Amino acid sequence: MNIAEYFRLSINALMANKMRSILTTLGVIIGVFSVILLVSLGSGLQSYITNQISELGSNILFVIPGKIGGTSGPGETVNRLTLTNVKYLSERLQGIALVSPQIGKTTTIKFANKSNKNTNIWGVSANFPDIIKTKIIKGTFFTKSQEKNGSKVVVIGPTIVKNLFPNTDPIGKKITISGGKYTIIGLSASRGSSFGQNQDNIVVIPFTAAKKQFSIDIANQIYLSANSPALVNLVKKRAKEVLLTRLDEEDFTIMGQEQILSTVTNITNVLTIALGGIAAISLLVGGIGVMNIMLVSVTERTKEIGLRKALGARRQDILTQFLLEAVMLSLLGGTIGILLGIGASMIVAVFFVAVVTPWSVILAFLFSVAVGVIFGMTPAIRASKLSPIEALRYE
Amino acid sequence: MKIDPVIQLTGVIKDYGSEEFATTALHGINLTVYKGDFIAITGPSGSGKSTLLNIIGLLDTATSGTYLLNEKDVTKINEDQQAYIRNREIGFVFQSFNLLKRVNVLENVILPSIYTGTNKTEREKRAKELLIKVGLEDHIYKKPNQLSGGQQQRVAIARALMNEPSLILADEPTGNLDTASGNEIMTIVKDLNRQGKTIIMITHENDIAKQAKKLVQIKDGKVL
Repeated sequence: MNIAEYFRLSINALMANKMRSILTTLGVIIGVFSVILLVSLGSGLQSYITNQISELGSNILFVIPGKIGGTSGPGETVNRLTLTNVKYLSERLQGIALVSPQIGKTTTIKFANKSNKNTNIWGVSANFPDIIKTKIIKGTFFTKSQEKNGSKVVVIGPTIVKNLFPNTDPIGKKITISGGKYTIIGLSASRGSSFGQNQDNIVVIPFTAAKKQFSIDIANQIYLSANSPALVNLVKKRAKEVLLTRLDEEDFTIMGQEQILSTVTNITNVLTIALGGIAAISLLVGGIGVMNIMLVSVTERTKEIGLRKALGARRQDILTQFLLEAVMLSLLGGTIGILLGIGASMIVAVFFVAVVTPWSVILAFLFSVAVGVIFGMTPAIRASKLSPIEALRYE
Repeated sequence: MKIDPVIQLTGVIKDYGSEEFATTALHGINLTVYKGDFIAITGPSGSGKSTLLNIIGLLDTATSGTYLLNEKDVTKINEDQQAYIRNREIGFVFQSFNLLKRVNVLENVILPSIYTGTNKTEREKRAKELLIKVGLEDHIYKKPNQLSGGQQQRVAIARALMNEPSLILADEPTGNLDTASGNEIMTIVKDLNRQGKTIIMITHENDIAKQAKKLVQIKDGKVL
């Protein structure tokens, strides 16, 4: 008996119970569909974040409090990145890198009777636009002397312009930040959002002003920008040496773009796998559905199996027929699920991020075949072992 | 002229169940069937005649004794070899027809040949010839439930002949049929015997049994 013959038998049997076959297939369709879609979402998120980080530029380094990969995680140690330490670092790295602290907090800012909530107040150095790409669309950034004097001047992001100054020119107006009045001197261009955080709801003020305003002396992080990409490693090494003269190894981590990328990639990989795993559960449920139906089908067709055996079907003929039925159900479901999953991912990609990865498609395909084989095996073996006399007598 | 025995059963015993609670269905059957024979096996229900037919048809194996089929010892062959012989050398006709309801008459007749591996056009041609032979040329593409009982049994006979077996085993072939349809079936069966097929038939109807060439009576697992 050749393979085409087995296929014909299985298709006939499946067509005899169209509704049941379709419903069984549906379980696998939903499973494969969710795997493809969720993995695409995870991959999309990953590539999106990776792009965002790459945009920072390759010569950027960040000093963040705490030790990553140490005994205690970031946030658990006391932040000892004081402004004095930042100043010291800045002096020691003169000529090879620019240094800026970032201090401040998140608060509500006000103008006239309007307010803008959850605004990130970043106190930074005058050299900040040279470190982190910042486009000023109107006005200017603050100067070195304004930084030195602790001038109450502010550069505001697009969200603040939209919320507080819908119809007026904000330049020269005074906004209230934590009770202090700040004169708007510039408007920054949109940065979009990343990590779920709105990058446009930010105001930038001299760190000297922020220090006085909030009575804080600790930087959330320190930005370093090597004067050329070739100097990045040297800057990193030197910055570590300098900080270690004042701080412990556990107090800080210097991260370059690559480390951030690898950290983020690790996180998003876990996320993608977790999403895929959740979806795989529905595929498992689909597989159980296939098994259930195949068991019902074997019981229902006991007499047919007996007859086939009496007429000369061997064990393997019966086994192959039933196994093929299960595999065809799951394979059909897998194929439809893949097509729907790719389609849905493309639609999602229009509004959000989603990247269909070839490996997720291949994996889902193989998985659906495996589901058919694994869950079809038990019913098929049961069918093949039926004794022809007893099966023929079955009513 | 020496006629070859098709079937030689010697001391065939069949026990069912575990050793402790064994019931014996056949108590040492000796039976020789020659080529061209037409044997009717009769006996009360529970006499073991169905068990005997199952053993002859290689659907069941004897507990002890020997069975030579076409002079080959088939007593101890494995399941796949049994299937092979059932497929090529034996044609079965059942009391309840045992047709597949979801496929048409033609597909039903073809059924044994798909396990033989004959070419598709060839087997369709042969199945149609057989259906013409049993007088069902107008019903080739109908489903079994569109046919009368007698017609269904004729489909089953055509199916039994599909692989040109030398031996036809019929278990109460007229048991589910009225007298007229039963007679039609017997006419076909006798025709087949005339054409050289060896036939073993179980029946409990005397009228039917009388139409066979030989009568074998079984009671309590023994040949009388």
